[in-house]
Amino acid sequence: MAQDETKNPTRNEDPQPDGPPENRAAQLGLGFLFGMIFGFLLQKGGVAKYEVLIGMLLFEDFTVVKVMMSAVVVGMIGIYALHTAGLVKLHIKPTRYGANTLGGILFGIGFGLAAYCPGTGAAALGQGNFDAIAVLLGLMAGSYVFAEASGWLARTVNRWGDRGMLTLDRVLNLKPRVSVPVVATVLVLVLAAIHVFVDPTP
Amino acid sequence: MSSRNVLHVIGLIVATPMLALAQTEAVDPGATGPAWSPYLVGVLIGVLSMFTFYFSAKPLGASTAFANVAGLIGRLIAPRHTDSLHFYADKKASKIDWQVALVIGVIAGAFLAAWSGGEITGRWLPPMWAERFGESVWLRMAVGFLGGALMAFGARMAGGCTSGHGISGAMQLSVGSWIAPLGSFVGGVATAMLLFYA
Repeated sequence: MAQDETKNPTRNEDPQPDGPPENRAAQLGLGFLFGMIFGFLLQKGGVAKYEVLIGMLLFEDFTVVKVMMSAVVVGMIGIYALHTAGLVKLHIKPTRYGANTLGGILFGIGFGLAAYCPGTGAAALGQGNFDAIAVLLGLMAGSYVFAEASGWLARTVNRWGDRGMLTLDRVLNLKPRVSVPVVATVLVLVLAAIHVFVDPTP
Repeated sequence: MSSRNVLHVIGLIVATPMLALAQTEAVDPGATGPAWSPYLVGVLIGVLSMFTFYFSAKPLGASTAFANVAGLIGRLIAPRHTDSLHFYADKKASKIDWQVALVIGVIAGAFLAAWSGGEITGRWLPPMWAERFGESVWLRMAVGFLGGALMAFGARMAGGCTSGHGISGAMQLSVGSWIAPLGSFVGGVATAMLLFYA
């Protein structure tokens, strides 16, 4: 089943089935349902809490790292397995060294100020942290300000180091069936190291 | 049609705190850690990602929803100007779509989780913030708003946020999805250290 590995390197052109139906109402319902599960998990995982989120940035609380890395390990193995079986398309985001780095740093500064990121901010509001309202309104305002600058950014920053749909396995020149277990192993080792040496709370 | 949807979203955002306030007897302001094991939660979010890929052909991501709602509001207030912007030239960028439904679901799901766990906070100031910066709600709101705006600008520039890049993109091994969260971590640590230790 796995023998028709990537003949074409840019996986976004994969001849995969188009997947789910385009039924708009059904997809809105599914989005809400998946969001409810996501929000439920974020709150139970403690990452809707101000102290936990700021705690990560102050190296006092490693809950966020544990949640994110566990999610990446399981999701990566699961999604590449589904992809190999021809059941899902990948949705690789474009790599633009300039925009990824600058945008990432700007995001981080905002994150340090707000302490809630877009997903955990919605979760924080759900658990009753009303200060998240200001963060969510700020997210809308900032999006519009970005749109004002989007034409200029598309002509400048987005062109700096634009590498398209670049993936780690192409950089390392490995097939996903090799790179996925390797990355998963590395992440599990990092998690184990954090658990043993830094923060042993389960 | 679209203006009514905007009102629904704003109504939900405003209504949620009311719901939370109705549930005050369970408040436990001392609860600061995760209720469930963060590893278990991470594993389940990974499984949830498989479901969203399979059933909705979408990766989990939160920041785009705010851009969509901003676009809708922009179209209500200044339709021609909003249409003229590069980012909103694609009409899909200002629709109530799967992502907006997802974020509304996140608010509801987190409410259910906090309610079931007796962790509804119902407060305007995180204790850790109040201890460092005082009791002014407006100061916290102003800093939160500025932080939210910077995050949205940065997320749209980088192509995603903590969930879109840091979880969904990273698990697909997109190179940019490993760079952007690293940049965020650097910017976030520097900002938080300045705020709390400077």
